Amino acid sequence: MATSLRAAADGTPPPAPPSSPTRRATPPPHSGRRSRLYRWDLRLSPYAFVAPFFLTFAAFGLFPLLYTGWLSLHRVELGGDAEWRGLDNYAHLADSEFFWNALANTFTIGVVSTVPQLLMALGLAHLLNYKLRGRGFFRVAVLAPYATSIAAATLVFAQLFNTDYGLINTVLGWVGFEPVDWESSKWPAQIAISTIVTWRWTGYNALIYLAAMQAVPQDLYEAAALDGASRWRQFLSVTIPSIRPTILFTVIVSTIGATQLFGEPMIFGGSLGVSGGSGNQFQTLSLLMYEKGWVTGALGQASAIAWVMLLLLLLVGAVRMLFSRASRKKLGA
Amino acid sequence: MRTSSTSHRSRQRRRGTAITAVAGLAACTALITGCGADGGSGEAGDGKITLRIGTFGSFGYDDKTGAKLYAEYEKSHPNVKIVESNVADGQKYWDTLKLRLSRNSGLADIQALEVGYVAEATGPAMADKWVDLGKTGGADLDAFLDWKVNQATTPDGKVIGLGTDIGPMAICYNKDLFAKAKLPTDRTEVAKLWQGDWSKFLATGKNYQKNAPAGTAFHDSASGLFNAVISSQPVQYANTKGELDYENSPGVKLAWNTAVEAATSGVTAKLRQFDEKGTWNAAFKNSKFATVACPSWMTGIIKDQAGAGNQGKWDIAAPPVAGNWGGSFLAVPKSGKHAKEAAELAAWLTAPAQHAKVFGVNGNIPSTKHTLTSTVVQEAKLPYFGDTPVGKIYSDAAAGITPAPISRWDGQVKTFITDNGVLDIEQRGTDPAKAWENVKKLIEDKIEQ
Repeated sequence: MATSLRAAADGTPPPAPPSSPTRRATPPPHSGRRSRLYRWDLRLSPYAFVAPFFLTFAAFGLFPLLYTGWLSLHRVELGGDAEWRGLDNYAHLADSEFFWNALANTFTIGVVSTVPQLLMALGLAHLLNYKLRGRGFFRVAVLAPYATSIAAATLVFAQLFNTDYGLINTVLGWVGFEPVDWESSKWPAQIAISTIVTWRWTGYNALIYLAAMQAVPQDLYEAAALDGASRWRQFLSVTIPSIRPTILFTVIVSTIGATQLFGEPMIFGGSLGVSGGSGNQFQTLSLLMYEKGWVTGALGQASAIAWVMLLLLLLVGAVRMLFSRASRKKLGA
Repeated sequence: MRTSSTSHRSRQRRRGTAITAVAGLAACTALITGCGADGGSGEAGDGKITLRIGTFGSFGYDDKTGAKLYAEYEKSHPNVKIVESNVADGQKYWDTLKLRLSRNSGLADIQALEVGYVAEATGPAMADKWVDLGKTGGADLDAFLDWKVNQATTPDGKVIGLGTDIGPMAICYNKDLFAKAKLPTDRTEVAKLWQGDWSKFLATGKNYQKNAPAGTAFHDSASGLFNAVISSQPVQYANTKGELDYENSPGVKLAWNTAVEAATSGVTAKLRQFDEKGTWNAAFKNSKFATVACPSWMTGIIKDQAGAGNQGKWDIAAPPVAGNWGGSFLAVPKSGKHAKEAAELAAWLTAPAQHAKVFGVNGNIPSTKHTLTSTVVQEAKLPYFGDTPVGKIYSDAAAGITPAPISRWDGQVKTFITDNGVLDIEQRGTDPAKAWENVKKLIEDKIEQ
């Protein structure tokens, strides 16, 4: 996605079409059979080359998508037969306060994790864009959290946030605060989970921003400096507008990630992870889907949630398209 | 194809795609190895077969702290190698097992089943997935307690599980903490404090709390207390037809009220039993609570978690009301490669002789009739509990058990009531009436009957 966006943004022409076969396909005069094979080769081998992608996509992308859609219209129990239900599962979701709770949690955790994450990433990228000593080291260092597995990171954070003997509460105690219930209270739990997400993805986004910043022509900065713009002014008026497509891209990718948030709350909650705490205080949509599907065995309802999530993401995608169309118009491209 | 006329730019682009492709491939491999880590059971090169057995909690078979039954069986069956994989939390274990059963993959050759889920396992969606152990493996069904066999029998008469243990319940208490809180420490006197009524148990808790050593609580967990009370009731989650009917159950009502009272009056340490983060386990080691409802299988957990440092501090007293909490079965999935050998192993592990051995080490109370009344069990003591007549206490409790009807949703409903109801009151201070409403909504929303 990143590459295609950039390709479109910097206006490089699309790859040249494959050279027309007729130019080289002078049929060998002797055997008709061989020429037929040769023609087939020319006609079919491109399909053979692209087939792996399409087959894999059909098996792991398209089929699950359609099958889930089919399941969402049925009452299905793990290992049992499907029973037609029409849109009942969706109607049930609309009535279910657990669904709305999970949707709200997904949204709040998404906002609390995405907004600081992207702002910090912008700042970090800006700093890394300066000429500083050991730049390569820092660039690798900011990416290290991204390379850590979710499970490992979450387990460590769960220890740090432990209510009884975690480091964070200990430090809060030194400063004189009461210990915080990082798990059983709603907002602390959501903030703790958002912290894990932020920690993991900030560096990744920073690198993407950095790459975009380095593509900003230097003369823009020189011109701005000549006009007396401060560093901060330059950042606001030159850097940000220049990397706007990239920012939009990271917003979309983070939104998708936030909508699908699963591993962090699941592991953070320990034994209560699937239900998102004893009061569902940090149950996200993915967790609710998992609980429906694998804990209580209502696969039809779980599939309905999956489709609702898909529709939400399509909605986000549509909004993105409108935005980028508008911003392209503004840039006059 | 276009070999000679490649422009500089397209070569660059191609290298880009190559890198993406390699990265993608690496990600795939990581995924595949990540998910495939659960190797299937198979034949080793030397003609040996590996039998895998999946358990939860503490079964006491293993060669480290258990009765060393695997080593014994491997000795008499040189072609068999036994590997156990254990999950601490029973609900997690069952969730995973259900998933694997539906796909017939990733299953162990023998899978343990808890009584809370056995009705689901004998239900229409799953009954066909199991080997009929009444016919295969040579188990002697008459040796088991009748109700134990009935629980694992499908409507058409297949026996899908062989009883391992039952869970007659007592109360384990920490003598040190009782002494410090100026309560009696002798087990008959302690039993008298709460004999006959769970409300007396709560009253004792409030007494304890008056003189409690700092940082300790009378009981470990209100949700544990809920389980203890409900296991002493003749009507639990299901009606006599085996249908879920928790709302009208006097047993659920009593257990809920008792647990709520405990949660709101500060006599519990507010822990969740079997918590994956080990907080509950750590509290055993640090003596954070004075009592824990103690089905016979709990003695093994106390031994492991309280550890050698606390040896001799724990004792066992008769419960307010006798009850059965838990107990398990061994079942053999049909799809296993070595189903016949697995059935034989399951039959051997659950035979009276092995029941006695496991009891001797881990304290699990046998589900076979004669083992219960045998002198081995009657006179048994556990080294960890000093001179406590463990065998006598538990076989007496076992005699008082009236099996309650079970439904296929029992385990699930129990999890909702304890994790999302009682624990929510205990840890987050939710209003009990609201918590009960919440539990009802959860069950209604998440269980499709």
